[in-house]
Amino acid sequence: MPNDALLLAALVLPFAGSLLAGFLPTHARNLAAALAGSVALIGCAIVVWLYRSVATDVPVRLRADWLPSLGLDFTLRMDGLSWLFALLIFGIGALVVLYARYYMSAEDPVPRFFSFLLAFMGSMVGVVTAGNLIQLVFFWELTSLFSFLLIGYWHHSAQARDGARMALTITAAGGLCLFVGVLLIGRIVGSYELDEVLAARDLLDNSNLYTVALVLILLGAFTKSAQFPFHFWLPHAMAAPTPVSAYLHSATMVKAGIFLLIRLWPVMAGTDAWFYLVVPAGLVTLLLGAYSAIFQQDLKGLLAYSTISHLGLITLLLGLGSPLALVAAVFHTVNHAIFKASLFMAAGIIDHETGTRDLRKLSGLYKYMPFTATLAMVAAAAMAGVPLLNGFISKEMFFAEAVADHTGSLLDDSLPYWATLAGVFSVTYSLRFILGVFFGPPPKDLPHTPHEPAHWMRFPIEFLVLICLLIGIVPSLTVGPLLATVMRSILGSDMPYYSLALWHGFTLPLFMSLIALAGGVLLYFLLRPYLDSGIEGPPLVRALKGQRIFEKILTTISLQWARRAEVMFGTRRLQPQMRIVVLLAVLAALSPIVLQGLPGNGTLAGTPIEPGFALMWLIGMGCALAAAYQAKYHRFAALVLVGGAGLVTCVTFVWLSAPDLAVTQLLVEIVTTVLLLLGLRWLPKRIEDVYPTRPPLSTLIRRYVDFGIASAFGGILAFLSYSLMTRPLPESVSRFFVERAYTEGGGTNVVNVILVDFRGFDTMGEIVVLCLAALTVFALLRRFRPAPESVGSPEQQRIQDAYDDAEPDRKPGDTVTDYMLIPRLVMNWMFPVIATFAVYLFMRGHDLPGGGFAAGITLSIAFVVQYMASGTRWVEDHLRVLPLRWMGLGIITSASTGIGSWWFGYPFLTSHFRYLELPLIGKVPMASALLFDLGVFALVVGATVLILIALAHQSLRSSRASQAAEGGETWR
Amino acid sequence: MEIILAIGIGVFAASGVWLLLRPRTYQVIIGLSLISYAVNLFIFSMGRVKLHAPPVLQPGTAGDPAAMADPVPQALVLTAIVIGFAMTALLLVVLLAARGRTGTDHVDGREAD
Repeated sequence: MPNDALLLAALVLPFAGSLLAGFLPTHARNLAAALAGSVALIGCAIVVWLYRSVATDVPVRLRADWLPSLGLDFTLRMDGLSWLFALLIFGIGALVVLYARYYMSAEDPVPRFFSFLLAFMGSMVGVVTAGNLIQLVFFWELTSLFSFLLIGYWHHSAQARDGARMALTITAAGGLCLFVGVLLIGRIVGSYELDEVLAARDLLDNSNLYTVALVLILLGAFTKSAQFPFHFWLPHAMAAPTPVSAYLHSATMVKAGIFLLIRLWPVMAGTDAWFYLVVPAGLVTLLLGAYSAIFQQDLKGLLAYSTISHLGLITLLLGLGSPLALVAAVFHTVNHAIFKASLFMAAGIIDHETGTRDLRKLSGLYKYMPFTATLAMVAAAAMAGVPLLNGFISKEMFFAEAVADHTGSLLDDSLPYWATLAGVFSVTYSLRFILGVFFGPPPKDLPHTPHEPAHWMRFPIEFLVLICLLIGIVPSLTVGPLLATVMRSILGSDMPYYSLALWHGFTLPLFMSLIALAGGVLLYFLLRPYLDSGIEGPPLVRALKGQRIFEKILTTISLQWARRAEVMFGTRRLQPQMRIVVLLAVLAALSPIVLQGLPGNGTLAGTPIEPGFALMWLIGMGCALAAAYQAKYHRFAALVLVGGAGLVTCVTFVWLSAPDLAVTQLLVEIVTTVLLLLGLRWLPKRIEDVYPTRPPLSTLIRRYVDFGIASAFGGILAFLSYSLMTRPLPESVSRFFVERAYTEGGGTNVVNVILVDFRGFDTMGEIVVLCLAALTVFALLRRFRPAPESVGSPEQQRIQDAYDDAEPDRKPGDTVTDYMLIPRLVMNWMFPVIATFAVYLFMRGHDLPGGGFAAGITLSIAFVVQYMASGTRWVEDHLRVLPLRWMGLGIITSASTGIGSWWFGYPFLTSHFRYLELPLIGKVPMASALLFDLGVFALVVGATVLILIALAHQSLRSSRASQAAEGGETWR
Repeated sequence: MEIILAIGIGVFAASGVWLLLRPRTYQVIIGLSLISYAVNLFIFSMGRVKLHAPPVLQPGTAGDPAAMADPVPQALVLTAIVIGFAMTALLLVVLLAARGRTGTDHVDGREAD
C-alpha cells in the first residue's frame, strides 16, 4: 500500500474497530480485547513502517476534497512530531489494551469499554495527523467527548459521573476557545492548512490579532493539559478505570495540549506574550502539582498531581522559547509518557490485588509482590529523576535550560531555584509512593490478600520499564535518532546542538540534581510524621479547591442565572404569552404599512350598499360583541350568539357569490354547536360576581390593556381588508384555474375542481390533519377524567328522576324516555332523508356547490341527529358506525387514487375524466377526482362522527360511574 | 358593501382577540371561533366583493375570470373551515381534559394568585 493510504488506514482502523466492538455481545471480553489489541498493533506497525518515509523529512500527506466551497480540504499529514505522538498513542495503547484485558472485571460490559477506548485512540490519531487546523479542532473535541465516556465508564458511580462531566466541561470549553483561536489564525494566514500556517510566522507576528489568537489557543491547550488554573479536572478524572487513567494521563489526552503547543511552537513561540503567558502557567502548575502530590492519600491522586506537575514542567520548557528547551520538552514528553503509564498500571495492580488505593492502609507490599514492587520502584525512580533512567536525562536538560538565560527578567533569573524546588518535591512524592506502599510493617485490614498479578497483566509494565532503562543508559543509541527526526520536523534546518548523554561532567545541572535528590529524601523524612497523621490534602493550599469554584460557577450560570432569566423573560401563564403573540401580529401587520405605505390607491369602484346586508351585519356584530361579553358567565347564551355570528358569515358567503363556502360553513356550524353543547356539561359552574364591589385596579388595568389590544387588532384587520377590497385585483393564478377547470378538470364548479384536482395534494394533507385531530380527540377522551363535581347527572335529569320517583305508577327514567317523543320520531325518520341529501351533495359536487366535505359533514349530522333524538345509549346499541373504519377507508381511497395515476405514468394525483353513458340516467361525468372526493367524504364522515360520539359517550361512561357510586351508597 | 364587510371583520376579530386574552378556557374557545370567522372572511375578501357571480362555469366552456368571483380564496377558505372545525374539537377536548385533571377551567391550569 502507498504511504498515504497507510496513513488513512491508521486513522480509520480505530474507529472501525470501535464500531465493531460496540456491536459485540456484552460479555465478549476476550474478543473485544483481541480486536482492540490487534487494531493497536496494526496501528503500531503502520507507524513504524512509515518511519522510513518520515525520516526523509518530507511529511507523508493525504489530501481529499472536504468542503471545497469553503476552501477546506481533508488533509492528513505525518511529520516527525506526528509520528512520535502516533507511536506513543498506538504503542502505549496496545499495552493498555493488554493490561485492561486483565484489569477489567468480567461483569462489566467490557466491549463497550474497548469501543470507547478505540474511538478515543482514533480521535487522538486524528489530532496528531491532522493536516489542517479545523480538522485538528474537530478531532480535539472528539477526544473530549470520548474521554468523557471513558472517565464516566462506571456510570453507576456518582464520582465517575461528576469527574467525567467536569473533564468534559473544562476541556470542551477550552476546545471552543481553541476553535475561535484557530479561526483567527485562519483569518490572519488566509488558510487553515498546517503547511501554510507553519510557513506564515511573519504574518502572525505582525498581526494585531496575534495576542487574541494566542490567548485563545493557550486556553485550549491549558485546559486539555491540565495547566493551572484548569488543572483540577485531572485528579477527579481518576474515578475512571485505571487503564483509562494510564492511557489518558500519560501518552494521550493531556498530551494533546502539549502536542498543540509544540505544533504551533515554530510560529507562535518566542514572543514576550508567549513567554509571560506560558512560563508562569507552567511554573505554577509544576510547583503546585508537585507540592500537592506529596500530600495525597490516594495512590492515583498522587500520580495525578505528579502528572499535573510534569505537564507544568513541559509547558514551562515550551514557554522558554529556546530550541534547546524545546528539545528537552519533547524528550520529557516521551519519558513521562513511558514512566507514568507504567506507574499508573502498577497502581492499578496494587488496587486490583489489594482492593484499596489508600496510602494510609497500604504498606509492606514488597513481601507479597516483589516483582511488581521492583518494577514500580524503577519507574518511580525515573519519575524522581534518578540517574541511569530516562527521567534523569530530560530532567537534567530541564535544569540546564532553567539555568540558561532567556529574557533576563526576574522570572527567568529565579527559575533555577524553582526548578530545584520542584525536583525536591518530585523526589519526595516518589519516595512516598515507594516507601509507603512497598515497605514498612505488613498491611492490616486489606480487602484482599495481596499477591502477584497474572503475568500478562504485568507485562506492559515490564516492557515500559525496560524502555526506561534503555533510554536512561544508552540514550543516543535508542531515542537519539528518533528525537533528531522529530526536532528536524519542528525546527527545520536551524537545529541546536545538544547531546543526549548520561555524563556531562561536573556541571551546575548535575549539582542541582544532587541537591534535589538529597533535599527530597530529607524532606520526606521531615514530613513523615505529618503524612502519617493521615490528613487529606496539602497544607496551605488545601482551601484552594478548584472543584468547589468550578461547581459554584456552574451553579451560578446554569441554575441561578438561568432561573433569573426565566423569571425575567419567560412566563408560565398563557395570557401574557397570548398578549405578546397578538401584539407581535399587530406590529408585523402595521410595520410595513407605516414604513412603506400601502401600494397603489383605492381606485376600485365599491359595490353599492344593500340595506339588507348592512342590517344583517349589524346583527352579526351585535352577536359577536354580546358573545364576547357573555362568554364568561352565560356560556349557553354565548354559544347561541356565536352561532348567530356564524350564520351571518354564512349568509355573507351566499351574498358574495361563494355558495360552496356557505354550504360548508352552515354544516360545520351545526356540528361545532353540537360539539360545544356536548362540552358545556363538563365545565364548572361559574359563580357570578367574583368581586363584590369593584374589581381591583390591576384587573381593571389589565382589562383596559386587553381592550386596547383587541381594538387595535380589529381596527387594523378592518383597515387592511377595506384597503385591499378597494384596490383592483391583480392577475393571479385564478385565471389558470378558471380557464381549465372544465377543459382539463372536467367540472364546472371551479372551487371543487381546485380542491380535488388542481390542488388535490393540499386536500390530501388537509384530510390527514383532520384524521389526526380526530384520533387525538379519541385518544384524549379514552383516559378522560371529569372533575368530581361534573360527574353526577345534570340538574334537569335529576328533577325528572325525582318526579318519576315521586309518582307511584312511574319507573325512574320514564320521563327521559318520553321526552320529546314526536320530534324524536321525526328525527329518526330524517336519517334516510339526510343521508340521501348527503349523497346528492356529493354527486353534484364536481359541477355545482357541494362536494366531499359538505357531503361528509351532512352524513355525520345524520348520525348526530340520531344521538340527539334517542340518546347515546340507544344509538350505541342500535347503530354500529365504526368511524375508525370510515377514516381508514377514506385515507386509503384518496391515497390509492393518487397512487393509481403512477400506473399510467403520471405524477401522483393526476386526475382523469370522461363522460359515461348510463342507461336511464344519461351522460354522467366520471372523473378519477370523484373517487378522490369519495375518500375525502369517507374520511370527513369518520372523523366528525368519531369526535362527536367520543364526546357524547363520556356522559354515558360517567353516569355509569356515578350510578355505581350511588349504588354503593344505597347498599351502605 | 366593502366598508360593511371590513367593519364586520374588524368587530369579529376584536371580539375574538378580547376573548382570547381572557382567563377562562371557554372564553378562549369562543374567541377562537370568532377569530376564525374573521380570518376566513378576511381571506375571502381578498377575492374582492362580487355579487351574483359564483365561480361555476357553463358546461363546455373555458371560464372568464373577470366574470366571476375569484375561486382561489374560496378554495382556501373551504379548507380553513374544515381545519377550523378540527381545531375547535381538539381544543375543546384538551380543555375538558385539563379541567378534569387540574380541577379548574383557568387557562393556566390553576387559579390566578
